[in-house]
Amino acid sequence: MSWLPREVIELVDAALVTELTVVRKDGRPITYPLIPLWDGEKILMTSSILFSRKLEHLKDNPHVSLSFSDPVALGGRAGRATIQGDARVIDGDPHTDWERVLPLWSAKEPVIIQFLKSRVAFPLFFERSVIEVVPRRVFYWPDGDVSRAPQVSTSPPSVSSGEAA
Amino acid sequence: MDVRAGVAMFEPAEGLRRLESFPFALLTWVGNDGYPISTAINIDVDTGRGIVLFQQPAGVDVPLGDEISMTGSHIRPQPGIGYDERRHVTVWGHAGRDPSGRLTFVATTAWGWDEQTIPFPEYIERQVGQSRRYLERVSMEVGRVVRPRLSLGWLTLRATRLPFLSATFVPVLIGIAIAAAQGVFDLFAAVLTLIGAASVHLALNVANDVFDARLGADERNVNPTQFSGGSRVIQYGLVSLRRMSAISAGFYAVAISVGLLLLATRFSYALLVIGVLGILLSIFYTAPPLKLVYRGLGELTTAIGFGPLMLLGAYVVQTMGMLRPEPFVASIPIALLVALILYVNEVPDRPADGRSGKRTLPVLLPREAVINGYVIAAAAAFAVIALGVVAGVLPIPALLALLPLPLVGRVHDGLVRYYDQPYGLMGVMAVNIRVHLYVGVLMFVAYVVVIGAMWLTPGVPLFIRW
Repeated sequence: MSWLPREVIELVDAALVTELTVVRKDGRPITYPLIPLWDGEKILMTSSILFSRKLEHLKDNPHVSLSFSDPVALGGRAGRATIQGDARVIDGDPHTDWERVLPLWSAKEPVIIQFLKSRVAFPLFFERSVIEVVPRRVFYWPDGDVSRAPQVSTSPPSVSSGEAA
Repeated sequence: MDVRAGVAMFEPAEGLRRLESFPFALLTWVGNDGYPISTAINIDVDTGRGIVLFQQPAGVDVPLGDEISMTGSHIRPQPGIGYDERRHVTVWGHAGRDPSGRLTFVATTAWGWDEQTIPFPEYIERQVGQSRRYLERVSMEVGRVVRPRLSLGWLTLRATRLPFLSATFVPVLIGIAIAAAQGVFDLFAAVLTLIGAASVHLALNVANDVFDARLGADERNVNPTQFSGGSRVIQYGLVSLRRMSAISAGFYAVAISVGLLLLATRFSYALLVIGVLGILLSIFYTAPPLKLVYRGLGELTTAIGFGPLMLLGAYVVQTMGMLRPEPFVASIPIALLVALILYVNEVPDRPADGRSGKRTLPVLLPREAVINGYVIAAAAAFAVIALGVVAGVLPIPALLALLPLPLVGRVHDGLVRYYDQPYGLMGVMAVNIRVHLYVGVLMFVAYVVVIGAMWLTPGVPLFIRW
């Protein structure tokens, strides 16, 4: 059972795109739009090895934030949230490891199944890593109005670390 | 799924211009606890001063003086599909406060992607080097070599470019059919001819990738399509250069063995000359020192190899060395149309080919000359068929091969419209390949009709006699 507020889980579930921010070695924040997938406990994303700079940054520094801010990408929902968390990159076998998230992915982007059938045309696109984010803190703006202070929730201490071993 | 990576850095002013087009910006910085934090904000871009003005978001502290970023991101949801119209920009800079109490943002650098300007396939190609570097890192982390993979079937199809074998089957089958129409047919020799010719073609395809990889032509090409830019299995790390070289050598070994077997069983000097010439042309198509395709001779080499040599070769195998005008005339339209496959497929490759010294005709010639050259050569192919029939060299049913003529107009229109759009040209290239295939198949059908008519209605004139 997740400690995340129900409204925030709904945003994650609805979002076609989230803005993932990672921190480069020199401290610069870099933001990447990705599809967020909710597995009931963690937020999952998947990244092709083609666009793997984010993965390198994540391996160097697992602290991330995920922003859910665009009403268009959120299916018209007005609420906004930023989730801070710890990320882990799973890429022992980039050819197959990510396939476990395919059901969640295709629910948001059905066309990906068609793309996967023509894997031969985009072989590197389907060599992928999974990014697993354990939420630590949430900033939530119920009506999306950022001129008002967000509601802040923090994970209970019992939540296990999501950092790579 | 990923919609961005380090494709394009640009000037801060350009970054702000793009940022202004989004309905809101995502302000991001790294907090004292080391976690990044983002909040949506409304912004006013003062392009004259090159700064952004915005209100202090409530409940969070924007660090003044530290490096922060502003991101604009857009998608258009497509129910049942996913989304499209992906574009984003991130501008980095530093925050300050103006006398009115509003926060200011002075941009220092920017980065982003817009799929309208960089299509997704090109976006992918530009990241291939990054994928290689990442897999090297993963390999070190897990203590074994991690490589991209494809199933053996898909990999074979891709590495050898198997579907292009139609360019071999067409002339060989026509050559065999012409011989059969003249009363000569040996099934075993026909099968061997097909195997040998296909092996030369596959060896050439693979060797072409090997030498293009060594000379850097495929590496520089960021606009490959399913018809152009090579198989890319070497660039993608799917097959090593060494293995591709071995595969090519293997196909050549099969081709030479079949050629020797045919020479041993059906010797003729014509076959010897055609076989040796065919092997040499295919090797030196891209191989040094000749590198024919790099010297503006690729189209001519292809025309000779996949026209007269293949067709006459198949014919002389059947006839044990007999040479007549008919197979030679029949090979001319096939030669022209197969050369035009290469010629049109080279159009999207010309920037990369030019940079790597591969002087193909589309590299050497201006746009209008390339398009006019296509029309003239295609028209000549059809004219040879018609004149060949009128002159009594080709059989009357060969006029069937004129049916695909309207497709030439479609290719011409496509070239005019998409000349500078590699992915727009994909449909054009597909139609152009069909021109060759349809003409070839109809020519083959014409000879099947001739053979059938000779059996069923002997005495009916099948050639125009003056």
